[in-house]
Amino acid sequence: MGLVSAVLSGFVLALIAPWIYRIARGATGWLLAIFPLALFAYFLSYIGAVAAGDVVRVSYPWVPSLGINLSFYLDGLSLLFAFLITGIGALVLIYTGGYLKDHSHLGRFYGFILFFMASMLGVVLADNTMGLFLFWELTSVSSFLLIGFEHEKESSRAAALQALLVTALGGMALLGGFLLLNQAVGSWEISELVRQGDAIRTHSLYIPIVLLVLAGAFTKSAQFPFHFWLPSAMEAPTPVSAYLHSATMVKAGVYLLARMTPALAETALWTGTVTAVGAVTMVFGAAIAFRQSDLKLILAYSTVSALGIMMMLLGVGTAGAVQAMVVFLFGHALYKGALFMLAGAIDHEAGTRDVNRLAGLRSAMPVSAAAGLLAALSMAAVPALFGFYGKELFYESLAEDYLMPVLLFASVLTSMIFVAVAVLAGIKPFIGETTSSAKQPHEAPISLWLGPVTLAATGLVLGLWPSMVDKSALLPAIHAVLWRPVFLELALWHGLNPIFLLSMATLASGSGLFIFRSRLLRLFSWLDALRDCGPRNGYSLALAGLNAAAQAQTRVLQSGYLRYYLLIVVATATVLSGYKLLQDIESLSFGRLFDVTFYEAAPALLILLAAFMATRVRSRLAAIAALGVVGFSVALVFVLFSAPDLAMTQFSIETLTVILFVLVFYHLPRFAILSSAWTRARDTFVALTAGGLITAIMLKASGVELHPKISTYYIENSVPLAHGHNIVNVILVEFRGLDTLGEITVLAIAAVGVYALLKFWPGKTETR
Amino acid sequence: METLLAFVVGGLYAAGLYMMLRRSVLKLIIGLGLFGHAANLLIFTMGGLTRAQPPILFGLPADAAAGVADPLPQALILTAIVIGFGVQAFALVLIRRAVQAVGTDDLDQMKATDT
Repeated sequence: MGLVSAVLSGFVLALIAPWIYRIARGATGWLLAIFPLALFAYFLSYIGAVAAGDVVRVSYPWVPSLGINLSFYLDGLSLLFAFLITGIGALVLIYTGGYLKDHSHLGRFYGFILFFMASMLGVVLADNTMGLFLFWELTSVSSFLLIGFEHEKESSRAAALQALLVTALGGMALLGGFLLLNQAVGSWEISELVRQGDAIRTHSLYIPIVLLVLAGAFTKSAQFPFHFWLPSAMEAPTPVSAYLHSATMVKAGVYLLARMTPALAETALWTGTVTAVGAVTMVFGAAIAFRQSDLKLILAYSTVSALGIMMMLLGVGTAGAVQAMVVFLFGHALYKGALFMLAGAIDHEAGTRDVNRLAGLRSAMPVSAAAGLLAALSMAAVPALFGFYGKELFYESLAEDYLMPVLLFASVLTSMIFVAVAVLAGIKPFIGETTSSAKQPHEAPISLWLGPVTLAATGLVLGLWPSMVDKSALLPAIHAVLWRPVFLELALWHGLNPIFLLSMATLASGSGLFIFRSRLLRLFSWLDALRDCGPRNGYSLALAGLNAAAQAQTRVLQSGYLRYYLLIVVATATVLSGYKLLQDIESLSFGRLFDVTFYEAAPALLILLAAFMATRVRSRLAAIAALGVVGFSVALVFVLFSAPDLAMTQFSIETLTVILFVLVFYHLPRFAILSSAWTRARDTFVALTAGGLITAIMLKASGVELHPKISTYYIENSVPLAHGHNIVNVILVEFRGLDTLGEITVLAIAAVGVYALLKFWPGKTETR
Repeated sequence: METLLAFVVGGLYAAGLYMMLRRSVLKLIIGLGLFGHAANLLIFTMGGLTRAQPPILFGLPADAAAGVADPLPQALILTAIVIGFGVQAFALVLIRRAVQAVGTDDLDQMKATDT
């Protein structure tokens, strides 16, 4: 029960958060932070059991008819993510209070953030693939709401839509993958799927499953070529960027692939695709991060790159690589969260995020400067900070396999850029000469520096004493991915081995990159032209194309002309039901075509002839006459086949109709030929086909045995219950008397309408 | 006879539809009338045709009652005929007013009822 309420209580809190804000105002962030902290403590209580190899699983029937359960599962991997979500979540809530202080929609913002937190917990704890999919989509929705938070700005709305379209499209692919997985092994539970790895890998659906799941993961985790939504998402307020778009949500794709590794990995398709996409994203993201000057964009592209590293390591999939991935992921969440929050604080206090203009803030913002230094050093993987371990394992895992020199080279290059970017984003704003800026900078309030300081300090403390987390939190997560015992002991000093030397060389050359940054940028400025042919453009083109297609389609379907609506409706119905009917054309019964007497056939043929004439004649009077002939012949049919009441009604009504037509048409213009011959031919064809379909349906239906008729009841009870011998009359005035009353009402309204239309009109009043 | 009527109904529908697809609003209303007849005849035919046994029990022995024509479709059609007439009368007068107000019976020209 605990796990379920841990996830679902967040949604409840999200709903009431706006009201809490109305009462608590400035203290809301601090107050709400208690919730994730309590969850953090709750998850902390599981750490011993999970480290010992236990898993917690709860399951409730959800859609029993489909075998779908609301089930949650807690193992090392889920626990690690739960710590990140709740821990950073608490800091972000506090940070929000300072960052969006007095924003008119702050209450709503808290609600959105909590909504996201609950959804994200759902993603990492769900055991059922349908549950995971649901929470996965909810994170996309909350991300949409948060990116578009400043909804008055057009750029915000566009970025929100872009993120939603890309991630939700991936979500659809993921749903397909999950459905196929269920088809392949007949289970919705991930804990079951991971045990069926061999069956899945040899199943004929394996390739589509992998491609669909990867599409979901790659879009969510902003992998090339779907990465573009993440930098656009920087439109969101900084707490969102720090929380969703670096520390947690974008790692959902990494989480998914890590979770699915036992079920899907270790094939050439998986290894090749994941490694290649990750590696390309890694280098590409880093290179673009290097040339940005906006603090948030630098961090966004470096996040893309970091996600690429994690994907690549998952793709490589060796024990060392998975170890490196988990350690790197944890370190990245710490330093990137801190750097993002600092970027927001700097923006807040100095009034700009342009790194070229930011300098010398250390005297004005000493606390932030210290946090920035620690976070940057961690990102640069300087020894004694936690980021160092991720990098060491990362190099080691690639170096242990000598077939991967290309990957190792790309990784070193990326890491060099990371060093430069870390200095650029975390250190440069604070050092050097103070530049004149619009705002007089001063230290941020405690709510703004508490988050970055906590995360940066955690990076330092865990960097000095990694044994606090390596066996308790990280190793169980590695086990959950690898499913075999591995050894992990993070140590600061491994001796003077080649990896360490490589790390030091990376640091040195990375610093060089930073120093020569402007010169390098000028050297490669010709590459800027490539910016306009990236995947972002593909997105805009696709979106524009979709809109154009929708518009063209609407213009065709919604022409505004009655006859085109009719034509489309009739043609569609005819084609669809005609197609079905054609499949067993031989079942049409023509059996009773010839059991007809002469006097029965006469009115029938007369109807056909008159109907044909009605369409052909040029005179209005002839058309009315033809319509009258049809009506009277129908009355004759009623006479011949035992329906005297119908015949009488039809005769009188038809007479009235003809008179009315003549009276009205007398005042109206003559018929003119308004359509071209081609149009008339087309309409003839459609009309004949539709009529033919009706005939076919009737022939088909006459062979169908009907159920016992309701009529029997009326026939039997007409005399005993209603004391009437004319059953049709009895039905109308007794059994269905209320319906007849309704009919009378309709007629009365029509009569009033006719009278009003004839009596009251402007022309008449004027002449009076 | 059912088979013959099936073709008659199909023909009526075709003629009605063709008229409803015309640009002249006058032809449209004639098409509507044909459509109404077609629908009535369709229900009548599908309810089963019975010769010379109207659903009137007067003076009929009890055992012969089961053989009479089905009264239910007849009751439905009776309603339909009357309602159809109401609709048609209203539509006719409305169209007359519209044509007089706009000065044309061409649906493509009837873009506004302002005169």
